[in-house]
Formats: sequence, structure tokens, C-alpha cells
Amino acid sequence: MTLLRVDGLTIRYGDTAVVDDLGFTVDAGESVGLVGESGSGKTQTALAILGLLPSAANAAGSVLVQGIEVLGATEKTLNDLRARRMAMVFQDPMQALNPFVRIGRQMRRILIAHRVAVGRDADARVLEMLKRVGLPDPERQFRAYPHQLSGGMRQRAMIASALIAEPDLLIADEPTTALDVTVQAQILELLEELREATALLLITHDLGIIAGRCERMLVLEHGRLVEAGSTGSIFRDPQHEHTVALLGAAPRLDRGETLPTAAGKKVLDIRGVSVSYKERRGDRLHAVRDLNLAVSAGETVAVVGESGSGKSSLVRAALGLVPMQAGRVTFCGKALSGPAQTRAIAARRDLQLVFQDPVASLNPQMRVADVVSEPLRVHAKDLQQTERLERVTATLAKVGLDDSYLGRYPHELSGGQAQRIAIARALILNPKVLVCDEAVAALDGSVRQQILTLLRDAQRDSGLAIVFITHDLAVVRAISHRVLVMYLGRLVEFADCASLFSRARHPYTQALLEAVPVPDPAAPGGKASLSGEVPSILSPPPGCAFHPRCRYAAPICTNELPGARDLDGVTVACHLAEEIGT
Amino acid sequence: MTALRSTWSRLGQNRTAKASAGVLLGVIFISVLGPVISPHDYLQTDFDNLLRPPTFSDMQLFGSDDLGRDLFVRSMLGVQVTILVAIVASVVSLVIGVVYGAVAGFVGGKVDAVMMRFVDTLYALPFIFFVILLMVAFERNFLLIFVAIGAINWLDMARIVRGQTMSLREREFVAAARLMGVPWPRIIVRHIAPNLMGVVIVYVTLTIPQAILVESFLSFLGLGIQEPQTSLGALVDAGVNQMEGAAWMLLIPAGLLALILLCFNFFGDAMRDLLDVRDAS
Repeated sequence: MTLLRVDGLTIRYGDTAVVDDLGFTVDAGESVGLVGESGSGKTQTALAILGLLPSAANAAGSVLVQGIEVLGATEKTLNDLRARRMAMVFQDPMQALNPFVRIGRQMRRILIAHRVAVGRDADARVLEMLKRVGLPDPERQFRAYPHQLSGGMRQRAMIASALIAEPDLLIADEPTTALDVTVQAQILELLEELREATALLLITHDLGIIAGRCERMLVLEHGRLVEAGSTGSIFRDPQHEHTVALLGAAPRLDRGETLPTAAGKKVLDIRGVSVSYKERRGDRLHAVRDLNLAVSAGETVAVVGESGSGKSSLVRAALGLVPMQAGRVTFCGKALSGPAQTRAIAARRDLQLVFQDPVASLNPQMRVADVVSEPLRVHAKDLQQTERLERVTATLAKVGLDDSYLGRYPHELSGGQAQRIAIARALILNPKVLVCDEAVAALDGSVRQQILTLLRDAQRDSGLAIVFITHDLAVVRAISHRVLVMYLGRLVEFADCASLFSRARHPYTQALLEAVPVPDPAAPGGKASLSGEVPSILSPPPGCAFHPRCRYAAPICTNELPGARDLDGVTVACHLAEEIGT
Repeated sequence: MTALRSTWSRLGQNRTAKASAGVLLGVIFISVLGPVISPHDYLQTDFDNLLRPPTFSDMQLFGSDDLGRDLFVRSMLGVQVTILVAIVASVVSLVIGVVYGAVAGFVGGKVDAVMMRFVDTLYALPFIFFVILLMVAFERNFLLIFVAIGAINWLDMARIVRGQTMSLREREFVAAARLMGVPWPRIIVRHIAPNLMGVVIVYVTLTIPQAILVESFLSFLGLGIQEPQTSLGALVDAGVNQMEGAAWMLLIPAGLLALILLCFNFFGDAMRDLLDVRDAS
């Protein structure tokens, strides 16, 4: 039975069509993936199906939900369809849940509004649903406000409220993009488990998620449907070139050569660094504790961890952007201390940072030419205007942009172009160390691939040392020589890339690797082998901070903090590393 | 200066804003040219024509007042004074407010706390009481009006600029500049100040009508501009006394005041909307 039939759907904003003549169907009980890069019209399609398009949008075509036309339907018709026939899980549960209403009440309202249940009966059903989505202590969550829940728990609550009226169709728009990888695996498993007879339209940019979860998939490019079919056959034998490109650009955890370790001169040496921030009521938040990290010329060291692991604080302290409580940073044999502004000119010239959000890291009021040339104005003051312009154009060429970009402002650039500009600004002084803080996290697959290639080329040409902070292990595999894994501010494992991916020693590293979805229906990965979420860094568990989530945890782990030990050339902080590192 | 330029070009598409700007420029133009062309003088009394209604004969377009002075010339003078007060007061508040707010926001910490508590203290002073004190202390003076109004308006400006500066200081592009080794003065000039422009421009366009209103209010109470000089507020005050016999003496300056206020408000709102859109996108 066809549940959803989309026919010739076209959505326009002014003169631009964001969705163009789109047609597909979803049958009862089926799971369909909708894939595309940002701006391909995925979310607009979802909004159109739910009748949530903003008034500025101009939609044509037809969207039939169980034979009822949604486009142009009255609010009453739509309300009859929503919740009971179809429901949506949004990307950001914090924005989709009302912050002033307790979770239980919000869900009750759905039942009452749609006359599914009232009174005690409604409460009972809400509690039952909260239990089913795996929220610990459902009675308490029933009375909790959204902000009192962690990100993963909020998404569980969101799923619970989407499923509470037992809809026939569930639309999930990037339901796990805002979550850590181990939580992502849990949420996806939960969706799979709970939906039973409910059909699922899963919208995502991540092919790995589709590979493991969907029977059929649809590929969108610039609002057009370019390929549709069973997930297995598309992954095996993609027809359209855009699908081929998407598959090619998806970083693979299970494939590809890892880089051998590169032995150059040690340029940056971070020893025993601790960073803490003052919290309200005098508490101190220990973001980083006693960490060591050394980087050599021509080498890329990846720093990996879930949110709150302290990876950004570590490098920001090393760069002098935040103060550090203890530790020593040595750069080319010279000690660095104090805030960035008071450091020696040479250190500032040779140590550069690329931020996660390229647009935010560029001054909106400055043209590209001024942005890229600013380091020269500071560090090479005697350069003539024409020489300076030459250096700028040469550097732009290096990052793959021609001089037509010189006069543009940041808001006129795409995310990928802006990140290239930020990299050009960092590279123009030929630094010795480049720190990339989640520099590709906000970019689409194909653009990400280009940026990674760009960084590798820069490294090959000038022996640049790169510290690459990321939460994405597939990116780690593609770019790094050595990998530092962090958990709650401490080192978990420090290994060369090849041995980390072939034989991870620490149970946390193993779980991280298992949780990453792989774009291959035959071996989809994305296993939720970790339960729970990263605990609050304000009150880390005693002993080994990881023990509450660890499947191997022994009594010693709850009492004693494991020190970092050397094991066959790998540094690992686990009491049981010898027994489990297989 | 993209904010300025792109706002300007989009302002052209906003019909209310364009019309308001046109009317304002027209009023200012006539107020400057009118008294020059008119055969009358703002001081010259004509006891044969007291309280003469508006007429085309003798070019007394707005009639005359209770001393037989030409109301057209006096109204135009009032417009000049009113707009001058507004602009000078806005510039005063702009200069003091921006510098004060930027310093407090940028330096932060204890300096910021002390500077802002001073602003809070000034806020707590009753405005009229403050003006009367000034008048008593320094005698009545044309300049004093400017100072008094500017001294009040800069408080809001300082608060707004301080907040903006504080958030700009934490932005990533400022962190990027710090890492590059850009010295503080250059960070302020190149990175912070240009990004403050948008808010400041909007706030100034909204301050101008406020200053006009305050000046009129003071003059209406007899605390502002003194005879034989005049302003729209003073003319309204005089008009109220003759309301029953010579309604034009009240309606004409009051109408002009309303027109100018509306135009500035529409213009300021349009500016604010345009810059808000830019922030949102």
C-alpha cells in the first residue's frame, strides 16, 4: 500500500526552485533514505510533506498522504494528518521542544489534541512511550524540562513524542547530525527498533547511515531526483554521476591506505598541559588534565574525542588563546608562555589556526584580499603593495581559487570557499604548524575531500606539521599519521594511525570505531556498543572516567585512575589493556 | 563599509524610507531658503496685522502671531533650530557613547564594571531635574540645550555599543587576528569598529527624533530656546495660548513637528529593519 506519493513537487522561493519536479513514493512499513548535499532540497521536501513550508515558498505538484492532498490543504486537514498519520523528528531537539513545558506535558498535549487518549490514560501512555525510547527513570523525565536532558536524551524524547500517536509515516530530518557518534548509533538503533509498522523517511547527508538502515534510497541534487532504487543496488552499481561522486567523497573507515608515520624534526611539544575554567559558585571545570602531545615537521596528528573531551581546549591553550593551569609548550626548542598576543613574533608567524566555522572566522567587513593579506601587513611590514598582492594571488592559487575572489566579501562565499580563504590566510606566512579545529566538520562530503587534499598537498610541499582536531574517525583515517584519542579531558590512547585502525587497544577507541557508520550495506558499521552518554565534565566518574560505559570494567577501574602506559609503541590509559587489546 | 553601502542600495527599494528622506530634505531645504526669500524678518513686529490668518497677500503663508511677526519665517527658523539641536545632540551622544561604550566593552573586567555603574547612576537621575539644575547653574544658553540632551542620549548609546563590543571581542575572527599577532589598536580599528557601524547608524537615526522631542518638550516648558530665538516647541507653546482665536498658530508648528518626527521615525525603522535582515541571513 502506498502511504506517501509525491508527484511533480516543485518548491520555489522567488525565481529559484529549491525542489524541482520531484516524484517518489513510500509504502507502508518501508524505510526510505533521502540523501543529498546541503542545499539539495532535502529539508524543503520534508517540510512540504508535513505542510510546514513557510509562506514565502511557492509549492506546485502534489503530495498525497494516504490519498489526502497536503499541498494547499486547510490547517484542519493537516492537523488530522499530523501526529496520527505522519510525524517528524527534527535535527535539533532543543529547538523542536518547547523549553517552557515539561516533557510529559508536551507529549500529553499531542494525545489530547488528537483525541487519542485523555486524562490518566494519556499519562500512562506517555510514560510507557518514555520507557520504550530507553530514557532512564521515565517518571523523572516526565516532569523534566527539555534543558535538563542531555542531547541524546532530548532526541529520544523527540522520537517518543513523534511516535506517541502511532503515526504511519515517520520523517526524520538529520536526526543524529547534532549528536556524538556513539549516541548517533544508539539513536539510529532505537529508531529501527521502535518503528515496527511505521514507514520511515530518513533524511541525511551521511551515506553510512542510509547503508545500514534503509531498504530504498533517493539521491537528490539541486532539488532534482537523480537516482532512486534499492540501497544495495545503488551502493553496488550507482548509475548517476552525482551518486558516484557522493559515494566517492564519503570517507571510509574500513578502507584506504593509512599514512605511515613520518619522522621529522619535532616542532611542537606540549607537556603536562592542564586547562580548567572557572564555573559559577567557584567550581572549576577541568577541561584538560595532564596531557602530552608532540608534533614533528611533515606529520599530521589527529586529536579525536566526543564533545566535551577537551580537544579544542588543549590546542587553544597551546596556542595561547585560553590560559593553561599547568604544563609547558615548546615550539622549535623555545618555550612558549602567556597569551597569544604577548608571544614572540616568530611563534605567532609559524603557528596558525583554522577554525570550524569558516564564515565566523572571517571578518564580514573585510574583502578576501584584505583578509588574506592581513598576516603580511603584520609580519612583513616592508613588503610593497604589488609584492603583497602577488603573494596573496599565489596563495589563493594554492588553495584553488583565482583572483576573481579578491574583491569578494565573506558572505558572498560558499562554506567551502570561505574555508579555503581561511586556510589561505593561515598558509600565507608559510607556518611550521597548522592547527585545524574541526576544519571540515561543517562541509559537504565532496568539499571536505577537496580541503583534505589541499591540506595534504600543503604538507607535502612545505613539510607543514598539522594538528587536526576532529570527531570524525573516517577523516582521521584519511589524513593523519598519528592519533590522540581523548575522553573527558584525559588521554585514552595515542597510537600511529595504522595500528589504531587495525588494533585499537582501549575499549573506548574500539567502541568509537564500531559506532561509525560505513557507507556499505554489506558491512554498515554504526553499532551502538556504548550505552549512555559522555558524563558531565564537572563531575567525572571516579577512577577511570570511562568505566561506567565500559563493557570490560573491572573493580580496579572504579577506584584507580589508569596511568598512560606504553604498550608495543602505543600509549594507552587502561588497566586492562593487555587482556583486551586484541 | 559594506554595511553602509548595501544598506544604502536596499534603502532605495524601501518606498516609505525613500519618501521620508525626500520629505525631510524638502523641509530642510525650504527652511533654509524660505526666510531668505520671504519679505519678512523673524524679529520684525507689525502691530497692524496681529493674529492675521494665513493668506497669500503679502506672502504671509502661515499668517502672523500675537506680536504681528510672520509665522512662516518663524516656523522655518524653528525647523532649523529643531533639526540643528537634534543633529548636534545626536553627534554628541554618538561620540561620547561610542567611545565610552567601546572602551568599557573592550577592556572589560573592573574598568567595565566601574564605567557602567557610572552610567547606571546617571540613568537614575530625573532628567527634568537635571536640566533645571543645569539652567540654574549656567544661565540660559543655546549651547546648554545641546549639551543637556546629548548628555542624556549617550547613555543608551554607550550601553548598546558596550554590548556589541563585548560580543565582537569573542568572535572567531577576532581570535584569528589575535593569533596572527595583529596588535590591539589594529584589531579595534580594522575588526571591531567596522562591525559596530551598522548598529550605531541605526541607533543614531532613532536618537534624532528622540532628541527633537526632548528639545520641544523643554522649549514648551519654557526651559529651552529663549525669545526672540525660537524652535518648534517654543512655537507650539505660544500657539497653545492663542488656541481659541488663532488655531493656525498651534496647528502649523505642531504639524511640522509631527511631520519631521514621523519622517525620522520611518527612516530609522527602515534602517533597523534592513540591518536586522542582514544579521539574520
